[in-house]
Formats: sequence, C-alpha cells, structure tokens
Amino acid sequence: MSPLGGIILSGNPPRGVALSLILLAILLGLALAPVLFPGMEALNVAAKICYFVVLAASYDLLLGYTGIVSFAHTMFFGIGGYGAGIALYNFGPSWGALVLGTGAALAAAVALALVIGLFSLRVRAIFFAMITLAVASAFSVLASQLSTFTGGEDGRTFRLPEVLRPTFHFSAGPLTVSGRVLAYYFVFTASVVLFLLLLRVVNSPFGRVLQAIRDNEFRAEALGYRIVIYRSIGNCLAAAAAALAGVLSAVWLRYTGPAVTLSFDIMLDILLMVVIGGMGTLYGAVIGAAIFVLAETYLQNVMAMISHATADVPLLPLIFNPDRWLLWLGVLFVLSVYFFPLGVVGRLWRR
Amino acid sequence: MTARGADSLPLHHRDLLPVLLVPAVALAALPLVGSFSTIASGLTLVFGLMDVLNFGHGAFISIGAYAAAVLVPSLAGFLHADSLFYNLVALLALIAVAMVVTGLLGYAFERIIIMPVYGQHLKQILVTVGGLIVAEQILVAIFGPVQIALTLPTAFRGALVFGDVAIERYRLIAVVVGLLVFAIMLLVLNRTRIGLLIRAGVENGEMVEALGYHIRRLFVGVFMAGSALAGLGGVMWGFYRETLTPAMGMDVMVLVFIVVVIGGLGSVGGCFIGALLVAVVANYTGFLAPKLALVSNILLMALILLWRSRGLYPVAKR
Repeated sequence: MSPLGGIILSGNPPRGVALSLILLAILLGLALAPVLFPGMEALNVAAKICYFVVLAASYDLLLGYTGIVSFAHTMFFGIGGYGAGIALYNFGPSWGALVLGTGAALAAAVALALVIGLFSLRVRAIFFAMITLAVASAFSVLASQLSTFTGGEDGRTFRLPEVLRPTFHFSAGPLTVSGRVLAYYFVFTASVVLFLLLLRVVNSPFGRVLQAIRDNEFRAEALGYRIVIYRSIGNCLAAAAAALAGVLSAVWLRYTGPAVTLSFDIMLDILLMVVIGGMGTLYGAVIGAAIFVLAETYLQNVMAMISHATADVPLLPLIFNPDRWLLWLGVLFVLSVYFFPLGVVGRLWRR
Repeated sequence: MTARGADSLPLHHRDLLPVLLVPAVALAALPLVGSFSTIASGLTLVFGLMDVLNFGHGAFISIGAYAAAVLVPSLAGFLHADSLFYNLVALLALIAVAMVVTGLLGYAFERIIIMPVYGQHLKQILVTVGGLIVAEQILVAIFGPVQIALTLPTAFRGALVFGDVAIERYRLIAVVVGLLVFAIMLLVLNRTRIGLLIRAGVENGEMVEALGYHIRRLFVGVFMAGSALAGLGGVMWGFYRETLTPAMGMDVMVLVFIVVVIGGLGSVGGCFIGALLVAVVANYTGFLAPKLALVSNILLMALILLWRSRGLYPVAKR
C-alpha cells in the first residue's frame, strides 16, 4: 500500500475511482478556493464546508461507527464556538486567549459528554437520543438566557489575533495575502488535520471495537469489551471534535451566537449531511457537507431560476419554489435511509 | 395579601413564596399536565407496543393546531358568540376535526415512514426525524414560515376570581379537557377488550400474537390514536400559547421526552406522574428563577434516572 493510503489516510483510502475523484475535486476546490473562486461569498461557503466536514465527520463517528443517535452534537459545537468567542471577547484578541478558550471548551465538552453518557448510555440507545435532545435544548435556552456571559440572543462579536484580521496584509515578494485568506487557510488546515485524525480513530483497534459493538452488542460484550466504556469514549471523542469544529466556526465568522451554533435546525442539517453522504463511511461526511452547504447557498438560486423559467407551466413553479429546498432534502433524507443506507458514498463504492 | 397595601408589595419574588406555594402555582401547572400527559401517553404506548420511538410525534402537534386554525374562520360565529355553550361546541368541533386529520395522517405516516423499518432502532429514529422535517416543511409550504395567531373564543378569555385567587378561564377548561381525555384513556385501557390487548401487547407482544391476535393491526390503531391525541394536545397547546409556528411541535416534544423518560417508557400512569412532576417543577422554577425552568427539568430527570435508570414505572422489558 502506498504511504499516502497507509499513513495519511490510515489504511482506509476511498474505494473506487469515482469516489476518489470527487473527493480529490472537493479537496482541491477547498485548498485553492481563494484563488479559484474570488469574492467573499465563495470563500464563506468554502470555509463553512471545511468546518461542517469536521462537524459531520465527528457526528458520523457517533451515528455511523458507534450506532448511537445523539441530538446534542450542536451543543458541543456551540461549546467550542462560545469557548473561543467568550475568551477572545473578554481577554482581547490574542493567540493565548484563543488557546485558553479552546482548552476550556474541550474540557467542558468532554466532561459534559461523559456525564450524559454515564446517565443514558447505561440503559439503551433510545434513551440517549431523547436525553441528548432534552439536554441540548436546555443548554441552548441557558446560553440565550445568561446574556451577561454569552451575549444572549445577539451572541458575541469579537476580534481575532492580528494575523487573521481582514485588514492585515502579508507580503512575500510579489504576492500579497490578506488576513482573511490566512484565516481561511487556518480553518482549512485544521479541518484537514482533524478529519485525518478522525479517520485514524475509526480505523484504529478502538474504532474496530466500536463497529463490533454497533453490529452486535451481545457478541462484543461476550468477547470481553466493556460496552459502556467504549461508547462513552466514542461519545467524548466526538464531542471534542465537534467542539473544535465550533472553534473553527468562531474563528471564521468572528461571531458566536445561538442561531449559528446551537439551534435544532443545525442539528437537523448535520443529520442530513451524514445520512445523505453516507453513514459509517466518514468520507460521506465530506460529500454530505459539501452537497448540503452548496445546496443551502446556491440551490435556492437555481430553483428560483427554474421556477421563473417555467412560470407558465402548471405545478413546476410550485415544485421549484426556492423556499422548498429543505423539503426536497428532507424527502431525499428519508429515501436515503430506506434505499441507500450508505448514502452517496455507498453508491459510488466499487464502481 | 389583600391586607397589604400597594406600597407594601413584596420586594422580591421569594417573599410571595409562602402565600403562593400551596395551590396557585400547582393549579397553574395543571393545564400543562393535561397537554403533556395526553401527548406523552400516545408516544409511550406506541413505543411500548411496537418498540417504535416516534421522533415525528411532534409533527402531529403542529398539524393538529394548524388544522384547528384552518377551521376557525368557518366557526367564527360560534367562537365569537359570548356564550360558554357555543364556544365549547366550537372548541369540541375543532378538537374533533384536528383529531380526525391527525389520526388519518398518523395512518399514512405509519404506513409510509415507519412500516419499512420495523425493528431497526437507528433507522427508526432517523426516518421519523426525516418525517418530522418533511411534515414541518409541508406546513411551511402551506402556511408560510411566519407565526399565525389563534385567538381564544370570547367566553374563554379573562379570569375567574375566587376570593384571592384568580384563575384564567382557559386554564380551567384545559384542565377539564385534559383530565377527561386521560380518564377516557384509562377507562379504555383498563376496562375494554382492546385495552386489555394493548396492555398485554406492551407486556409481551409475542404471546399476544401466539394467541391469535394481529399485533400489527392493533399497533396501527394505537398509532392513529396516539397521533390523534397529539393533535388534540396541539389544539389545546395552540390556544394556550395563542400563536402557531410550524416548529411548535418540536418545542413541546422536548418536555414530552422528559416526561416519558421520567415516567418510564411504555407506562401511561408513568406519563401522568411524569407530566405532573415536570409541569410543577417547571412552574415553580419558572416562578422563582425563570431562566432555569428547562434546566430544572433536566436536573429532575437526572435525579430520577440516578435513582431508577429506567424511569419511575418501566413497563417495556426490552
């Protein structure tokens, strides 16, 4: 096996030519986004894809590899966002504050994940789904209520360390790079590293045990694996990765608030990404996040165009009404669960 | 309280505590108990009978409320009449229509969404969440994303004053409706043949099948009834809040899940106790420290799960 597949991709390279090409296209597109797609909106989309890839991949670690459904993933995402945001807001725009906020967020996320897991993973996966839903909504209410600390519904706008600010310009010879582009590459690099780490986790012996538990709980227990411990560690790892994705989102947006990190809508978005991309494949998270974010930004425009163009035809304008995009993604989600449990990635495998 | 003048009004919420602690807050919590236990018992029975946890249950709450809102203009004469009787007739008509609509949609939901994934928990959760997204988006498509108003009938507005205690009229009506529904449900479950089969099915489905009953047919019936109950809860909740949004069902569901977890999956009695605990705790903390209402419920749930990890009255053995 080539060193690329063996070490960097943890011995689990994407199977199939089509899948590899699509993933390569996404990677190159993201890596060269500031050059290829000029304009702020395109860069925003690219950065959003980056941190949503990490978020969706960490959710896939839970859903696809551990076989438990959590509705608290946005809570951990929000903890990361708020950790970085509040630290930068209160201690000023320094790298120290960012590191401090990230560390605090990681500690809080892991501790909370552990407590929730100990309460609810003991019994059954279904309890976990309900309890995480309840805890996450309580957290989001709390975050918008404690306004002196979190900024309430308005959230917090803060400044980044100088190197990452849009006003900063870095010159090397003929090339001038703005701080915004540096911030983008910060987010991009961190996302790639985190994704590869998650890939490492799911392909490690630990990841194999998680999959064994997912496939047959009784047998795994009979083989001597303590299910609760493995699931709890999986839960904590996923929470930590989600918190880091939250930090990345805060760095990119220079803003943290309930609507962009904690809302239940984002939870549903993550579910859509993971399921449409393909559960239990991790590469599905990349494809799902790319599809979803692109659809969210551009599909509405396309639908509006079609709706306009077919204004005379009955029914078609209704179907292509730009506000209906989430409806069709929801339908696609349900169909994916029935017919393509491995999502887009499953379709492309071994072609 | 009447002895105090306006100048000696209590400075702090807590000063009122001894006066109000006893009946008023608990009474104020009762309409919530009615709605929550109605909604939660449908969910818990569906789970107990067929091991299906329907995350899309919340959709039927919203649909019930919207169905009532659609019908309100055609019943305007009855609703605006200043007569308790006409208002009640109109309310019952609204409830009946909402229940029929949500019951039929429940049938469709069960056939289309849930039937293909019997016995697969992960897929069930995912697919019912998908159903919830689609149902919400269809509501958005029909009614728009903004909230719409649902005004109370004339005779239900205002409050009744008994001595020192003022009680909103609608709360009283909600209490009566909730208790009535709950009583009917208990009667059906405990005194009829169908109820016997349902309870037996929750305890041991295989045995019921072995005795020659179609548990799936029974389950479809229970699912429709559960959806209809959610629709009823939606109407009551909609009038309580007086505004409707497509996502309102999901907001209620958070509390309903807490109720179900506290009560123990599969138990109707547990639902009632759970709803009582949740509503009372939510109201008291809402009164003392409004910011902590939902958090206090989480704490309550955590305490109960520490004590009994399957809830207060676990029925489902699986």
